[in-house]
Amino acid sequence: MSKWLNPRSAFGIVLIAVALIALPFVAAMGGQAWVRIVNFAILYIFLALGLNIVVGFAGLLDLGYIAFYAVGAYTYALLASPHFGVHWPFWAILPIGAAIACVFGVLLGSPTLKLRGDYLAIVTLGFGEIVRIFMNNLNAPINITNGPQGITLIDPVAIGDFRFSGTTQILGISLSGPQKYYFLLVALAILVIIINLRLQNSRIGRAWQAIREDEIAAKAVGINTRNLKLLAFAMGASFGGIAGGIFSAMQGFVSPESFSLIESIMILAMVVLGGMGHIPGVILGAVLLSILPEVLRYGVGPLQMALFGKMLIDPESLRMLIFGLALVLVMRFKPAGLWPSPERKRELGEKPAGGA
Amino acid sequence: MDIFLQQIINGLVQGSIYALVALGYTMVYGIMGLINFAHGEVVMIGTLVTITVAGTLIKVGMPVALAGLAGLSAAVLVCMALGWGLERIAYRPLRNAPRLTPLITAIGMSIVLQNVAMIVWGRNYLTFPHLLPKINFEFAGASFTAVQVMIVVVSGLTMAGLIFLVYRTKLGMAMRATAQNPQVASLMGVNSNRVISAAFVIGSALGALAGVMVGTYYEIAHYQMGFMLGLKAFTAAVLGGIGNLAGAMIGGVLLGIIEALGAGYIGDLTGGFLGSHYQDIFAFVVLIVVLMFKPSGLFGEKTGDRA
Amino acid sequence: MQAKLSVVALSVAAALAMTACGKKEEPKPAAAPAAPAAPAAKPAVVVKLGHVAPMTGPQAHLGKDNENGARLAVEELNAKGLEIGGAKVTFELLGEDDQADPKQGSIVAQKLVDAKVNGVIGHLNSGTTIPASKLYSDAGIPQISGSATNPKYTQQGFKTAFRVMANDVQQGKALGEFAAKQGVKTVAIVDDRTAYGQGLADEFRKAAEAAGIKIVATEYTNDKATDFKAILTKIKSTKPDLVFFGGMDAQGGPMVKQMKELGVKAKFLGGDGVCTPEFMKLGGDASEGNFCSLPGMPLEKLAKGPEFKDKFNKKFGAEIQLYAPYVYDAVMVMADSMKRADSVDPAKYLSAVGQTKYDGVTALVEFDEFGDLKGGAISMYQFKGGKLEYVLTLGGPAAEAPAAAPAAAPAAAPEKK
Repeated sequence: MSKWLNPRSAFGIVLIAVALIALPFVAAMGGQAWVRIVNFAILYIFLALGLNIVVGFAGLLDLGYIAFYAVGAYTYALLASPHFGVHWPFWAILPIGAAIACVFGVLLGSPTLKLRGDYLAIVTLGFGEIVRIFMNNLNAPINITNGPQGITLIDPVAIGDFRFSGTTQILGISLSGPQKYYFLLVALAILVIIINLRLQNSRIGRAWQAIREDEIAAKAVGINTRNLKLLAFAMGASFGGIAGGIFSAMQGFVSPESFSLIESIMILAMVVLGGMGHIPGVILGAVLLSILPEVLRYGVGPLQMALFGKMLIDPESLRMLIFGLALVLVMRFKPAGLWPSPERKRELGEKPAGGA
Repeated sequence: MDIFLQQIINGLVQGSIYALVALGYTMVYGIMGLINFAHGEVVMIGTLVTITVAGTLIKVGMPVALAGLAGLSAAVLVCMALGWGLERIAYRPLRNAPRLTPLITAIGMSIVLQNVAMIVWGRNYLTFPHLLPKINFEFAGASFTAVQVMIVVVSGLTMAGLIFLVYRTKLGMAMRATAQNPQVASLMGVNSNRVISAAFVIGSALGALAGVMVGTYYEIAHYQMGFMLGLKAFTAAVLGGIGNLAGAMIGGVLLGIIEALGAGYIGDLTGGFLGSHYQDIFAFVVLIVVLMFKPSGLFGEKTGDRA
Repeated sequence: MQAKLSVVALSVAAALAMTACGKKEEPKPAAAPAAPAAPAAKPAVVVKLGHVAPMTGPQAHLGKDNENGARLAVEELNAKGLEIGGAKVTFELLGEDDQADPKQGSIVAQKLVDAKVNGVIGHLNSGTTIPASKLYSDAGIPQISGSATNPKYTQQGFKTAFRVMANDVQQGKALGEFAAKQGVKTVAIVDDRTAYGQGLADEFRKAAEAAGIKIVATEYTNDKATDFKAILTKIKSTKPDLVFFGGMDAQGGPMVKQMKELGVKAKFLGGDGVCTPEFMKLGGDASEGNFCSLPGMPLEKLAKGPEFKDKFNKKFGAEIQLYAPYVYDAVMVMADSMKRADSVDPAKYLSAVGQTKYDGVTALVEFDEFGDLKGGAISMYQFKGGKLEYVLTLGGPAAEAPAAAPAAAPAAAPEKK
């Protein structure tokens, strides 16, 4: 514990705490819409860190991660909406969502244990699509998910009578709905960051690293690769499930189109762009990729108007174009990600060959 | 029975298109172990270029057959240049990067190409000019068209040609050597950079060809058409064993037939519980089942984690 | 230790980055002065109306059209110079872009709530309107959409949600009745598994079954598909008189083409998603003779229609795309409600919206208990010689004798999500 008392570290923690508390109020100066954008960024941090366990730590390429997010979102939606007429409290549903997502994680993990690299990628991708297609179609013969219409009127998060939607006054400070969700999300994100940090340096974390680097060698030194891989899938999935639940509550509406393949790809891009396996890097990747499109959205149009006096190219397409180019360029000049872990940087520096 | 035959024909044609696209994936993967996610976009560019070139020439008054050929050649040339550029600019600098890096680059490229195509060709669906006369055949109660016959024949011939190229020519030998071990191959005097470039260029030319086939068959095109097609073709390539040319062909045809039969019969088989809304998952379910028993696909070689 | 410090640095950096973004945006919404809620104020009161539609992206032309409709209404109201609650009011339109994206829809809805608008017109798409309606409902701001046709929008039980257009239930029902009128005995139903397509197909099925039509096949596709041969082959084996498609023109066009290729003899019928020139372009000759429907009535058939068309063309130098007259009516209904309640305060005039009886351009607007348009009219069209030809109108005010004039065809598909 003594290292926490180190003055430099303590100062840093205070600084973060202040910045984190101030953020929603500063963002609110630009309108509550920006608080919402920040909230989505934190949600993506959460998702990216979950996927980081699977891809970054254990080295299992998962292109269907959004399925677990979808499972969590639908669990919340079904247990806290008029659809089935049940309204359970969020502290009961979130763990259930995490557990169900966890089961799905193992379900996906077990048939794919023998697969490697790209084979794993396509199977996970297929799994993600299967989950989405089922959600889109399970409105007949028994209506479970309400099909493409989605589920509306999902309850917001509430603790007793304290609801997270709408504005409330606490200690003379007026807190809007998004601001309240912000604090909930930050609390959860800190929890996930701590779990990730603890995992990374634990026996399990080192075993995952061993599997990632060389599975056969890992097996040879007595690591139970099968259970550990399943554990990675299960843990990553649980985080996805929790994030899905929060998304459901925050939006009040879920439909299958929110869980398309492109979302899985986006989250993977966050992990890889930031620096696979390196927690601060992944956070950076998530923040950049979720904020960048929003900034471009507000920046590209007015900039064109200012430069040329008219819209030459539709801002939406220019935005995606810049986004795609950014992915390519970062990978070209920082192949290990924007902020790779020190060891990884070293490995890349020393080992120029490596299997292509 | 005529319905069953018709479904087999539907599946065979659709599958041949998957196969043609899958050959491009497998060509690149076989040599450098890279999933060129942007391949579907190359196909899309091929279709759109053909529309522009052939469409304009027909308007000017050129005979349809000639205009079609000109469109095809233009598409092949543009796509070859595109493939060469992709490899040279985006992938070559990443040869020694961590294995996920080129995958993200490919995804980025796919987004870039889609949006460039949208800026150039617009957001609306485009109609593909009629290049082949409409001729209908009847066989045992099932009907099919000349275009369908052409698609099956072209993809069969393409695969045969590729196999000849890879196993009977010097370039093919160099390709196989590079696939085995790029370092050793270059010690033996193989210019592996050129070989890899060649693989990309050939793969992209195939993509252009596939694009023209898709265009003539469905007669519509759109800047987003490449993504789903690419995904299905990639599934087909993995099903057959990625890196294996004949495997890609068989995987593609198999996938097409599974989809057609699935959509046609699943409702009756499950008493209406499952219907054609599950069409898109049959492919993935079959894939998962096959990979559970044969982790390298139907005809894939058992290799280590080479990606 | 090192790892922790970098976390510190990162979070601070991230926080700063976000702050910077927040600040950058400050000047824009700063144009939101104190709420003009005080009804008794003597100086002129500014009534802020939010308008949301996709202004960029594939449906930008439809979004622009909607905004023009609203703009025309606002300018006319201001020129007339209304007096509400003893004060002169001027209307101000705050246009927002939701890009047809549900997530973005809730972000701009939040922006409008922040700006304390007195009412909201929009959004254009059902997919964005439904999640956004919750935000407006929480804030007690009345919302009238001129184009979101998904029944769910008004069925959530929000007192603030209204629409001035027939919804998909009404349209599906009319399509079913129309099929029966055409003497159809058996039908195959295909839907594209989107909220719009599935909703429409379900309503059609109910109406068709009620009219004694036999459903011989139910098949599905998706909104990205190009190949329909497998399901069409199956449909062919059931020999229906009619194929009904709940979906968009990008699938409908190729579908009729493939029907022809496979020798499916049935006629094709679809909703507003296929009632477009795009459908004819993609379907080619195969689209000839098939039917589709559009909510509302052709402008030429409406008493005030031609007049509105002239005004619109003169003002914007552009043709009406699709929903502009409905959006125009939505603004007028809102202003009318404020006048009747003698207040621009959302809490006060909301109840007046529900009691609306306003003779608009598109219809005599009256709302039922859900906030839906009472007796919304649906018009049927047939594809003939590369044109949409008006056939008849079902529901709504009694249809006039069908004239030969072709209807104002929409330029492109309203892509409903």
